[in-house]
Amino acid sequence: MAKTFQDLILTLQNYWAEQGCLILQPYDVEMGAGTFHPATTLRALGPRPWRAAYVQPSRRPKDGRYGENPNRLQHYYQFQVILKPAPKDVLDLYLGSVRAIGLDPAAHDIRFVEDDWESPTLGAWGLGWEVWCDGMEITQFTYFQQVGGIDCDPVSAEITYGLERLAMYVQNVEFVYDLAFNDGFKYGEVFHQSEVEFSAFDFERADTEILFRHFGDAEGECRALLGQPKPLVLPAYDQCIKASHCFNLLDARGVISVTERAAYIGRVRALAKACCEAWLQSPMGAYQTRTG
Amino acid sequence: MPDFLLELFSEEIPARMQALAAKDLERLVVGALSDRGLLFDGAKAFAGPRRLTLALTGLPAKQPDVSEEKKGPRVGAPEKAIEGFLRGAGVTLAQCRKQSDGKGEFYVAVVARKGRATPQVLAELLPETLAQMPWPKSMRFPGSAVRWVRPLHAIVATFDGEVVPFAFAGIESGSTTMGHRFLSRGPIEVRRFEDYEQSLRAAHVLLDGGARKDIVRNALKQQAFALGLEPIEDEGLLDEVAGLAEWPLVLIGRIEERFMDLPPEILQTAMRRHQKYFSLRHAPSFEASLRDAPQDDEKGRHPEVPPSFGTPARHAEVRRGAGPRSTRGLAQDGVAASKGDGRMAPRFAVVANMIAPDGGKTIVEGNERVLRARLSDARFFWDQDRATALANRVGDLKGIVFHAKAGTQYERATRITLLAMLLARLLETDVAQAHRAGLLCKADLTTGTVGEFPELQGTMGRYYALADGEDEAVADAIAEHYRPLGPSDAVPAKPVSRVAALADKLDTLIFLWRAGERPTGSKDPFALRRTALGIIRIVLENGLRLPLVLVARLCYALADAQRLAELDGRLRGDLSDASLLRGSADELLRIARETEPGKAERAQWEEILAFIADRLKVALRDKGTRHDLIDAVFSLGSEDDLVRLVARVEALQTFLGSDDGANLLTAYRRAANILKAEEKKDKKRFDGEPDPEALVAPEEKTLYVELAAASEMLKAEVARERFVEAMAVMARLRKPVDAFFDKVTVNDKDARLRENRLKLLARLRTALHQVADFSKVEG
Repeated sequence: MAKTFQDLILTLQNYWAEQGCLILQPYDVEMGAGTFHPATTLRALGPRPWRAAYVQPSRRPKDGRYGENPNRLQHYYQFQVILKPAPKDVLDLYLGSVRAIGLDPAAHDIRFVEDDWESPTLGAWGLGWEVWCDGMEITQFTYFQQVGGIDCDPVSAEITYGLERLAMYVQNVEFVYDLAFNDGFKYGEVFHQSEVEFSAFDFERADTEILFRHFGDAEGECRALLGQPKPLVLPAYDQCIKASHCFNLLDARGVISVTERAAYIGRVRALAKACCEAWLQSPMGAYQTRTG
Repeated sequence: MPDFLLELFSEEIPARMQALAAKDLERLVVGALSDRGLLFDGAKAFAGPRRLTLALTGLPAKQPDVSEEKKGPRVGAPEKAIEGFLRGAGVTLAQCRKQSDGKGEFYVAVVARKGRATPQVLAELLPETLAQMPWPKSMRFPGSAVRWVRPLHAIVATFDGEVVPFAFAGIESGSTTMGHRFLSRGPIEVRRFEDYEQSLRAAHVLLDGGARKDIVRNALKQQAFALGLEPIEDEGLLDEVAGLAEWPLVLIGRIEERFMDLPPEILQTAMRRHQKYFSLRHAPSFEASLRDAPQDDEKGRHPEVPPSFGTPARHAEVRRGAGPRSTRGLAQDGVAASKGDGRMAPRFAVVANMIAPDGGKTIVEGNERVLRARLSDARFFWDQDRATALANRVGDLKGIVFHAKAGTQYERATRITLLAMLLARLLETDVAQAHRAGLLCKADLTTGTVGEFPELQGTMGRYYALADGEDEAVADAIAEHYRPLGPSDAVPAKPVSRVAALADKLDTLIFLWRAGERPTGSKDPFALRRTALGIIRIVLENGLRLPLVLVARLCYALADAQRLAELDGRLRGDLSDASLLRGSADELLRIARETEPGKAERAQWEEILAFIADRLKVALRDKGTRHDLIDAVFSLGSEDDLVRLVARVEALQTFLGSDDGANLLTAYRRAANILKAEEKKDKKRFDGEPDPEALVAPEEKTLYVELAAASEMLKAEVARERFVEAMAVMARLRKPVDAFFDKVTVNDKDARLRENRLKLLARLRTALHQVADFSKVEG
């Protein structure tokens, strides 16, 4: 019996919990990918070891297809693992998770295909692979090199599973809404209406004036929170994520021209960079100076 | 003699970097060894997904002993200086020689250095040498102070079967490696290259990338052949898949029939780009291959164009597109219809890295499912794209920036349209079709398919144009206006296509040059060199008589945004009436003729022309055309017709190769040198008409008469573009010129005679400069 969507999540959670990961919950701010979760972006910086895994709902307004496309969604789930420092056997650990979800590497063709990751909005990049199973990309694997323009030391490994895609593969389903969420419900019963409505919101209805204002407000608040003698890093970073999501919505609404686009991305990156720098001065992010 | 084996075992190395990495590893280690006096018999380097290997044979067991002389202080130098020298050289004063250099005596120490054992040298040089690996992209990783392409896991280093101990990237070298990631278990102990290669083979690892590639190539052919098919060759993809598998296995999967009506270019690109699959086609029958294979029966086709291995699929398709029309409608257009003559087969080949227990059934099924999703996406775009006519997409080009300083794609399409109309007017091509092709040529950039597969730009435009009912000539021009894509790609030969291709390239060259994007050194981000070469090839290979300066002038007129908008509205608009269009083309020609570019623009055009001349030299070099002669003709300044220019250069080259030519050149130089010296002395030029009354010697009289006749004839022959005949006229000048120099003293005491003779020489110079600037001729 192939795993249901929620079985898949539970399996991955259990597997990574056994590897010493904190099982965190989704971050409660809209974001484009699990990388934006402070448990990844900020924790990847600084000296402290860190191991966490969590599901993160990811919103990509431009990918909305009104519930009609077999595999494109404006809201989908990523399962994110961050291991800092990257353990030496991290690929073996990862392959263990592939086995756990029912894909036996001895029966399939698993390959690591070069795919270097870069997030212009986070000022982050790393080297790694797309992991292919029988020609299907099931995971993005990245060794973080920089976040917020700052070198990651030690280097973390980030493992991102696209859960819907993985589930479609495991369940042999070709239309995402046909996925068995559990034994009683289909994915479509849970999310189809939301895809239809949010697609309309993303492309037609979102009030661009409000969004421009929100973007500016978030940017201002982020700067204000960091600009004080005692900066509040985590609240400031929330504002950075919010600005990023506003930008994604404005982009989907088609009101940002090609030339403006680069400028907006640059503004979000500047916020991310400022937050990351402040994080490195904060208690959980700082490199302690060795004493005596 | 002992051998050395080195293996660097890491996580998966990007396929595109492997071949170069093997070469770099060999170069670095070999270099470091020879720097230390260690030579060897043979070197072999290999690269694969998880390892770099270097095997050296016939190394000596130790470095050769060397003795070297060290020059020390002078005899009688301060005690301290001598002591320091002795300490440094490790000798006693008694062991030193005294030597004299004329200024006095100094000490010389002969230091004998024992050669060190090779393993010791290796252990010392490897860490620093490996740290120099020039990976195109490398990373930091935990536990290592140096960067590598991906985390390094193990190092094998053995000399004569024994471990060469050193540490690199936090790893101690040893003699164990690992086999295939999934088909092998546990560490493998290795000592020498022979057992290493054997053990790895047994552990399902093929060391040699070339061997992996051959296996894939042969298996592809065999498995396709068994199905009556053949693989569509793709050398670039072969290289890539050989870098993605340590144990490559070819598996064949099916493409569902329902996707087979997609254009073959979409199928191939989707499979290649996203999935790294090979496409297969029905093996052509003998008759079909006779009909389809030779390309040179097509007008203007390059017979020497190689088959487009490794280039994007569309080249191959566009070429095949000239074959018989399909009976299966649009989607199959460009590939012949019946079975057995090269039509794409509903099969694909995937190269796996795995021997699966079920013979690959699961793997093939998985790949088929992924492909279904991919092709469903592609079909969605294809259907969606055809719902909007290309003509209705042109406005959307306003949202796509071509270059911050060279406008949007809409402005570009407008300029290309107007340029294409002018070119059509100049080249006697259908103005209405040129107008339409220009208008639509960029419209496919707004389609979903091109968004997904940018390399299908143009190709998709052609399909959509045909679906919209556009003329075939227009549709072909949309596909071909990007060509030639490289030096081995054929140039467009159809009239509308070449007009569109020229308009596109001239616009690119002139407007990006204006935008400050001229190439410098190795930097040419917008491929302007290729663009200029494209212009040259389209013009020369089609024998197009084109005054480039007129096109440039129109470009400069269009650089004014207001002017462009005005012309766009008035001359481009939605003109459907052919006579209106012809009127517009006439007006564009008038604008081009009447536009007087400013000083800066004229200077810029000179630069661009010089750039084109440079490219022309490169293009003609293979034919053995002399670059100095191209300069000699270009520097006349008025020549912007490349066909005429080349004819003139070729005639000149033949002439200068003859006896008469060589002699006349000598005479020209003599005349030019005398003139240069005397003009400098007198601070004036001797351009005036010689006075026939002042001619005294018979030789100067003859030269005067001959020159007068030759000047007129040269002018006439050049005007009629009869360059071979013009050279014959010059050849006839040789005798009178030689006789003149033999018998007549130019710098006569009589100032009147001197000036008159200098004027005669100036006249010779002027006459010859009607053909070329001979001062630029070298050799």
